[in-house]
Amino acid sequence: MYVAVKGGERAIDNAHAWLAEERRGDTDIAELTVLQIREQLVLAVNRVMAEGSLYDPDLAALAIKQARGDLIEAVFLIRAYRTTLPRFGASHPVDTGAMACDRRISATFKDLPGGQILGPTFDYTHRLLDFALAAEGLEVPEAPQGAPSDAAVPHVTDFLAREDLIQGEPDGSATPRDLTREPLDFPADRPLRLQALTRGDEGFVLSMAYSTQRGYGRNHPFVGELRIGTVPVEMDIPELGFAIELGEVVLTECETVNQFTGSKTEPPQFTRGYGLVFGQTERKAISMALVDRALRWEELGEDNVGAPAQDAEFVLYHSDNVQATGFLEHIKLPHYVDFQSELELIRRLRAEAMQATGQEAAE
Amino acid sequence: MSDTDYNFAYLDEQTKRMIRRAILKGVAVPGYQVPFASREMPMPYGWGTGGVQVTAACLTPADRLKVIDQGADDTTNAVSIRKFFEKTAGVAVTERTAEATIIQTRHRIPEVPLTEDQILVYQVPIPEPLRFLEPSEVETRKMHALEDYGLMHVKLYEDISRHGEIATAYAYPVKVEGRYVMDPSPIPKFDNPKLESAALQLFGAGREQRIYAVPPHTRVVSLDFDDYPFDPSKAPHACALCGALDSYLDEVITDDAGGRMFVCSDTDFCASRRGEAA
Repeated sequence: MYVAVKGGERAIDNAHAWLAEERRGDTDIAELTVLQIREQLVLAVNRVMAEGSLYDPDLAALAIKQARGDLIEAVFLIRAYRTTLPRFGASHPVDTGAMACDRRISATFKDLPGGQILGPTFDYTHRLLDFALAAEGLEVPEAPQGAPSDAAVPHVTDFLAREDLIQGEPDGSATPRDLTREPLDFPADRPLRLQALTRGDEGFVLSMAYSTQRGYGRNHPFVGELRIGTVPVEMDIPELGFAIELGEVVLTECETVNQFTGSKTEPPQFTRGYGLVFGQTERKAISMALVDRALRWEELGEDNVGAPAQDAEFVLYHSDNVQATGFLEHIKLPHYVDFQSELELIRRLRAEAMQATGQEAAE
Repeated sequence: MSDTDYNFAYLDEQTKRMIRRAILKGVAVPGYQVPFASREMPMPYGWGTGGVQVTAACLTPADRLKVIDQGADDTTNAVSIRKFFEKTAGVAVTERTAEATIIQTRHRIPEVPLTEDQILVYQVPIPEPLRFLEPSEVETRKMHALEDYGLMHVKLYEDISRHGEIATAYAYPVKVEGRYVMDPSPIPKFDNPKLESAALQLFGAGREQRIYAVPPHTRVVSLDFDDYPFDPSKAPHACALCGALDSYLDEVITDDAGGRMFVCSDTDFCASRRGEAA
C-alpha cells in the first residue's frame, strides 16, 4: 500500500551535512582562510559589501567562504545579518572632495588640478593568462613608491559649475528616505533611486546602463571623473556634543557629464549622473551613474522614449538580486497543489475540445 | 544559533511593532494591501518571508504553531519554517490543525473549519491580483483606489468566450466585503469558499512588501458572472487512504505505466480520519 512521503526533516539535515562537506572540498588541500579571501579576492569582497549594504571586509570574506564563492548567496548572508543589527545613529555625509585618492581619472580634461592618477587598474593590462601565477610562492616585485601628494583634488564638475555650464544640484539638507526601513514607494525621488542602484545587482545595473548606450534612452555620457579612495566617516556622539571619526571607508565615485541640448523646462547645459559604491567597484559606479541619469528624464523635462532604463518601477523593482534570486529559485519548491488544479483544468478543457471536434467529424 | 543570539521570534521589537501596525491597518481595511518595510529574513524571498514576518509579529510564548506547505506538515519548507520558530521563539508546535493557535500556510487552507481562537497566516508571492493585467504598481494602486476592476472582469469574460469557463485554477481572485479585489495567494480555487472563516486570516508578501487581512466572518466572494457562477472544482475521486470525498486531493504517480492514485493534500485531515495521530 502507498504511504505518503515522509522524512523532509531528515532529508534537510543530511543535505546540510553534505553541503558542509562539499564546501570544504578535498581535505588534502589546505583550507582557505577568511583573511586570504579578504586580502586576495578584494574585488569579490567589495562587491559583496556593496550589494550587501554593509561595510565590513571581514564579514564579507566570511560570507564568500560560507557561500562557496557564490557572490549573490554571500550578499544574501550579509543582508540577513545586517537586518538584525541595531541602528544607533547616522553618520555625517562623507566628503568625497577630500578623499585620499588611490585612483582618479577624468575623461573630459587632459590635465586638471590634482592630476590624473591611474592607480591599481586592469585597464591597460593585456588579458593574457599569467601561467606563472599558477605556481605558488612567487615573489611579487615591489611597485615603485612616490611621495603622496597633498594637493587638493577638487571635483571636475565644480569647474563646469563655476561657468554655469552644468546643471546645479539643490542642497539636500533633508534626511533622505531609507530604503531598508520603509517600503519602496513611487514616485521614488533621487536619493531613494540612488540607494537602490548602489545596492543593486552589478550585472543588472551594468546591462541597464549598457542599454542606454545602445540607444534605449541614450544620454551621451562622459566620465567627468572617476575616483577611488578613502574617506573618513564621522558621527555626532550625543554624550560628547561633537562629531568624532568612527573609521574610514573605501569608496568609488563616478560623476558623468551628459550632453543636453535643453528641454521645455531647462536651458542647454550639461547634466549629471552620479554613482557612489562601497569599495573599488568602478564598473558598478559608472553603470550606476548612467542609469541614474536615464532615470532623471522627468525632472529634466526630457521625453520618455519608453526605454527600460527610464522606467523607475522597472529598474528599482528588478535591481535587487537577493529579491530576484529568491523569487526565481522559489519555483523549485513544491507546487503540487497548484499544478494539480491546473492538471484538472487542462483535462477538462481538453475533454470538451475533443468532444467538440468528435461531434464535428460525425456531422 | 543559540536562543540568546536573537530576539524572541527573531525580529527585534521595533520591527515587530511596525509589522503589527501594518496588520492592524489591514484588519481595519479588509483586502487592502498595506505597504510595510519588509526585512531580509534568513530564508530567501519566495520561501515565505512575508508569512514568517507576520507569524513572528503575532507569536507569543503561549502559542502553539502549525506550519504547512501544500497542505502537509512534512514538506521540506514547512519543516524548515517550523524549526526556525522552534529555535528562535521556543514555542510549542503541533501538526494537529485543531490544536494550533497560529497556522502558517503555503498554497492551502486546512479542510477542518478554523475557529475564532486561531490565526491563519498565508505566504503570498504576488499580492496584486491585477499584476498580470497591469505590470505597473502605480497604476494598479490607482485602480484599487478608484475601485476600477473592469480589466479583471474583461479577463474573466475573455476566458469564458475562449474556453467556456474561467480558466483560473488557483489564486482565483475574490472581492472582500464588497470593496477590494484580493489575491487569496495561490490556493486552489477549491479552497476559496473557506476564505469566509471564523479565524483571522493574515497575508504576508515579503519581497513585495505588502500585508493584507481578512478579519473573522468577513464576506469573501469569488469573482464570477450570474450565468457562469463560481465552481470550486476538484478531482472527481475519493482519497485512496481515508476515502474522503470532500477534501482536496494530490495526484500521486505510482509507476511508469500510467498508474496513479489520489490522496488528501491535508495530511492532518487524512491522518485524523484514519484514526492516526499525525
